[in-house]
Amino acid sequence: MKRENGRDIRVKGIKLALCALLILALLAAEGLAMADDGFSTSYTYTYDYWEDPQESPDAYRVAVMIDSNTLGLENLENTRINRAQSLYVRGDMLYICDTYNNRILEIRRKGETFSLIRVIREMAGAEINTFDMPYDVFVDADGNIYVADFNHYRVTMMDKNLNWVRDYTKPADATFDQSLNFLPKKLVVDVAGRVYALCQNVNKGLVKYEADGSFSGFIGANEVSITMGEYIWKRYFQTKEQRAQTANFVPTEYENCYIDEEGFIYATNTVFSEYDLKWDNAKPIRRLNSLGKDILIKNDRYPPIGDLNWSEGSDSAGPSKFTDITVMDNDIYVALDRNRGRLFGYDSQGVLLWAFGTKGNVEGAFTGAISVEHMGKDLLVLDQLKNSVTVFETTEYGQTIYEATEAYLRGEYDESADLWRDVLRMNANYPLAFRGIGRAILRQNRYEEAMDYFELAHDVDNYGRAYKLYRKEWVEKNVWWMMLILAAVLIIPLAIGRVRKMKWEVSEHERSKIRK
Amino acid sequence: MSAARSANKTAETLTKQELEAQKRARRAELKERHVAWRKKYFASLKYSFYVMSHPFDGFWDLVHEQRGTLAAAHTFLILFLLTRVIKLMCTSFQFISAPIQYINVFEEMGSLLLPFLILCLANWAMTTLFDGKGRFKDIYMGMCYAMVPYVLIQLPMTFISNMLSVDEGSLYSVMLSFSVIWCLFLVFVGLMEIHDYGPGKTFIFLIVTVVGASVILFLMLTFFSLLSDAASYFVSLYRETIFRLN
Repeated sequence: MKRENGRDIRVKGIKLALCALLILALLAAEGLAMADDGFSTSYTYTYDYWEDPQESPDAYRVAVMIDSNTLGLENLENTRINRAQSLYVRGDMLYICDTYNNRILEIRRKGETFSLIRVIREMAGAEINTFDMPYDVFVDADGNIYVADFNHYRVTMMDKNLNWVRDYTKPADATFDQSLNFLPKKLVVDVAGRVYALCQNVNKGLVKYEADGSFSGFIGANEVSITMGEYIWKRYFQTKEQRAQTANFVPTEYENCYIDEEGFIYATNTVFSEYDLKWDNAKPIRRLNSLGKDILIKNDRYPPIGDLNWSEGSDSAGPSKFTDITVMDNDIYVALDRNRGRLFGYDSQGVLLWAFGTKGNVEGAFTGAISVEHMGKDLLVLDQLKNSVTVFETTEYGQTIYEATEAYLRGEYDESADLWRDVLRMNANYPLAFRGIGRAILRQNRYEEAMDYFELAHDVDNYGRAYKLYRKEWVEKNVWWMMLILAAVLIIPLAIGRVRKMKWEVSEHERSKIRK
Repeated sequence: MSAARSANKTAETLTKQELEAQKRARRAELKERHVAWRKKYFASLKYSFYVMSHPFDGFWDLVHEQRGTLAAAHTFLILFLLTRVIKLMCTSFQFISAPIQYINVFEEMGSLLLPFLILCLANWAMTTLFDGKGRFKDIYMGMCYAMVPYVLIQLPMTFISNMLSVDEGSLYSVMLSFSVIWCLFLVFVGLMEIHDYGPGKTFIFLIVTVVGASVILFLMLTFFSLLSDAASYFVSLYRETIFRLN
C-alpha cells in the first residue's frame, strides 16, 4: 500500500514534468513557427531599417472571391475555369484568360458583384478563328482585344465586336532566329497601338510591332549575368569540348510585363542568382523606357526585391519570384510573388508600403498565384490552381497610406502629414510616415522636431538637411555669448600679461630708484 | 616580585611604543611607495604621448628603459574597449548604423579583447622562437600603448559626429581612417623595437602572427567542441540511467 502511494506520487511527478515539458515544447514550437522562414506569422508586414519583418495592420482585405460557381459557368458552358493564366482589367471590365479552355471570359463589375458578360471563343473573319492556349489578353481604350495565341504562333487582334483585324506573327527578320517558333506568352499594347510581346525562347527582350503589324525590333534585352569566377573558369580552365557542352552565357527571359499610364513597360524577371539580389544586380522589377533602359527609381535602403530574408530547404525556399506586376494610377506598383503567394506594394520611390499574403487554401491565401491586376485601388489576384480570382479592397489603413502618398505627390504637404499621423496611429512601426511628417514639419521651419522624425525614420539625408538648418539657427541665436567667451579667452590673458609687465616695470623703476 | 612586574611592565610599554613606531614607519613607507607608484603611473600614462609622437625612441625606452607600466597598459586597453563601445552607442546615426537594440556591450568588448590577446600571444609564441627580445609582458604593453591614437581620436570624433551633418561626413571618415593608420603604424614600429627586428622581419612576423593566431583559434575551438562532446556524453549517460531507473 505504502509502496503504491510512493508510486502514485512519482507518477504524479512525472505527469507534472510531462505537462511542463509539453508547455515548453509548445512555446518552443511557437518560436519555431516564427523562426521557420524568418517571418512572423502575421499576414501583413513591412520591413524595418534592420531588414527585419515588422507586423503591420492589414492594408487589404478580401472583398469577393470569383470562381466558376459565382460566375455560373457550370450551367452556362458546363466547363469550369481550367488553369487560367492571366487577368486583364480595363475600366470596370475584367478579362480572364482561361488558357486550358481556349477562351476568354469577359466580366463586368458592379459594386461587389461580378457578372459574366460574354465568353469569347472565336472571332469573325479570320482564317483560324479560334484560340489555342491563349496565354494573355490585352484590351485597348477602343475596346480592341489582343490575344497571345500561343499554339497558333500569333498575337491576334480583334475589335470589340469580335471581328478579326490582324495577326502579329513571327517576324521575317534576320534578328529573329528563324528556327524558333513564335510563342507569345505575354503582351502589352501602348496608346499608339504598338504591340510588345514576350515570347518563350526569345531572350532579346520584348518583340515590338508597329500598329500596322510590321515588326520593328526588340527592346529591353536582359543583360547577361555572369560572375567573374564563372568567366575565368570557362575562359581559362575548360577545354574546348567542355565549353561546347556547357550552356552559353545568354540573357534570361522576362517573366511578365505591364504597361503603365505613362507608357513605360514594367517587366519582371525571375531568373537570377540570389547573391545578385541585394546588390541590385538582379533587378527583378524593371521599368523600361522606349529605349529599353531600366529607369525604375530606387531610393530606399534596399532595392524592390520582395522578401529580404528567406530560408533554405523548405517548400517555399529562396527569394521572391515576381510572376506578375501591376501599376496603379498613383505610380504605386504591386508585384506578385508566386513563391510564397505574397503581394508587395512599392511606391514610386521604391519604398515598400506593405507586403501580405501567404500560401494556403483559406481566403486571402494562394496556392498557385499567377496574375495580379488592379481595379482602382482594389487588387485582383488570379490563382491558377484554385481557378479563382480573389478581389482585395483596401482597409482604412491601406487607404490612408495611399491618400498620404497621393497628397504628397500633389504637393499638399501639410495634408499629407496629417494623413501620415493617422497612419502612425494605426501602425507606429511605419518609417515612411515618420519621414512624411518630418518633411512637412521641416517645411514649417521646425527643424529640431523634424530631426526627431527623420531619426525615427532613419532618413539620413533629410536629417542632415534639417540638422544643418538647426545648427545655423542655433549658432545665430547663441553667437553673442560664444563671441564673449572667445573674447574673454583672448583678451584676459592679454590683459593679465599687460598688467604683469606694467607691475614689473614699476618694480624695476622702484629698484633702480633705490639703487640710485 | 613587584620590581619584576614593573620591569615586565616597562618592557611591555616599551615594546608597545616600539610597535607603534614601527607601524608608523611602515605606514609612512607604504605611503611613500604609493606616492612613488602613483608618480610612476602618471608618468607612464603621460609617456604614451611621447610614444605616439616618437615611436622609434618611444617604444625602445618603453620596454628597455622601463618607462612604461603594466597598469598604464591595462588602462589604455580598457579605454580602447570603452571607446569602441561608446563609438557604437553615441555616434550620430548618420554615420554609424549599429543595431543598438541588439548590441551586447560585453560581447562587443570581448570581440575586440579576445583577438587582441590571442594576437599578442601568437606574436610572443612565434618571435620567442626566432630571437625576438620581447617577453609577453613587453609585447602586451607595447600593443596597448599602440592603441592610444585610436582612443585619442575616435573618442572626440564620436562626440563631434553629433555636430556634423551627413554632407560633412568626409571629415569624420578621414579622421577615423587616420586614427586606424596611425595605430597600425605604431603596432609595426612597436613590434620592431620590442623585438629588435628589422622592418622586413617584422613584416614577415606580422603575417606569421596571424597564422599563429588562427592555429590557436583552431586548437581552442577543437578543444571546446571536444569538451562539450565529452560533457554531453556524461549528460546523456546520466539521462539514460535515470530513464532506466524509472
